[in-house]
Amino acid sequence: MVETETPRRVTNAGPGRLLIAVYLLFAIAATSRAGLQIATKFDEAPVAYLLSAVAALIYVVAAVGLARAGHAGRRVALACCTVELVGVVGVGVLSLVDPELFPDETVWSEFGSGYGYIPLVLPVLGLLWLWRTRTVTR
Amino acid sequence: MPVASMTSAAAAGSPVDGALATATIVLSLVLAVWALVAAVRNRPPDRVQLAGLAVLEAGLLALTALALVALGGGERPGEPGAFFGYLVTLVCLPALAWVLARMEPTRWGSGIICAICLVVPVVVVRLQQTWEVLGG
Repeated sequence: MVETETPRRVTNAGPGRLLIAVYLLFAIAATSRAGLQIATKFDEAPVAYLLSAVAALIYVVAAVGLARAGHAGRRVALACCTVELVGVVGVGVLSLVDPELFPDETVWSEFGSGYGYIPLVLPVLGLLWLWRTRTVTR
Repeated sequence: MPVASMTSAAAAGSPVDGALATATIVLSLVLAVWALVAAVRNRPPDRVQLAGLAVLEAGLLALTALALVALGGGERPGEPGAFFGYLVTLVCLPALAWVLARMEPTRWGSGIICAICLVVPVVVVRLQQTWEVLGG
């Protein structure tokens, strides 16, 4: 498709708003899942549930960072997307190598297969978007 | 109101697994395709999408009413915590899509409606699963 739009410099408009919407969905999904797991059956798999909670927190902070759009917001979003990518790949590999480590599913288990692999794609899209909207200093 | 007439049919089984649930899933998917076409054609959210979201929200609220009626009648979901979590999330989704789409009057607003309308059927199915499962 031909790129007709003028290059944007903010992270919270256009495609960025769609990205924020998806981040919000994951923030809701991960937060409620982690909340429920920790509240009802924390003893069963504390590592997995704490990881769910961390993932949830990162989705929330990433969404806020992208939505704030300022310099600080970008840095927050950049940090979150990086941690997310490392997390989803790391946990994905670990959950395949040593399933004992995560006896119950987390958002990032098996590269996010329980969520249509979107957890794997999302940080990549986030990083690409941050790169696309970077301010070029001349 | 159609709610009353459907309650008797649903009372035998799950209140969230019937014609109304199927209708919301179908409507949501149709809306997702419509919004996707709009996004590809570089169109902002149109009246059809916004009206579709309103109808979808009405359908989901009716579904919630069915669930509440069943609860009032003494029926219980298999996983209550998850069930109510999904139920609350579900009724918020079209409203979220509406607000975000109104903030973004470009093709990406249509994209937001498409994305959220793809999530709604998943949540409806999870709602059905968390009602059915007994004991886990």
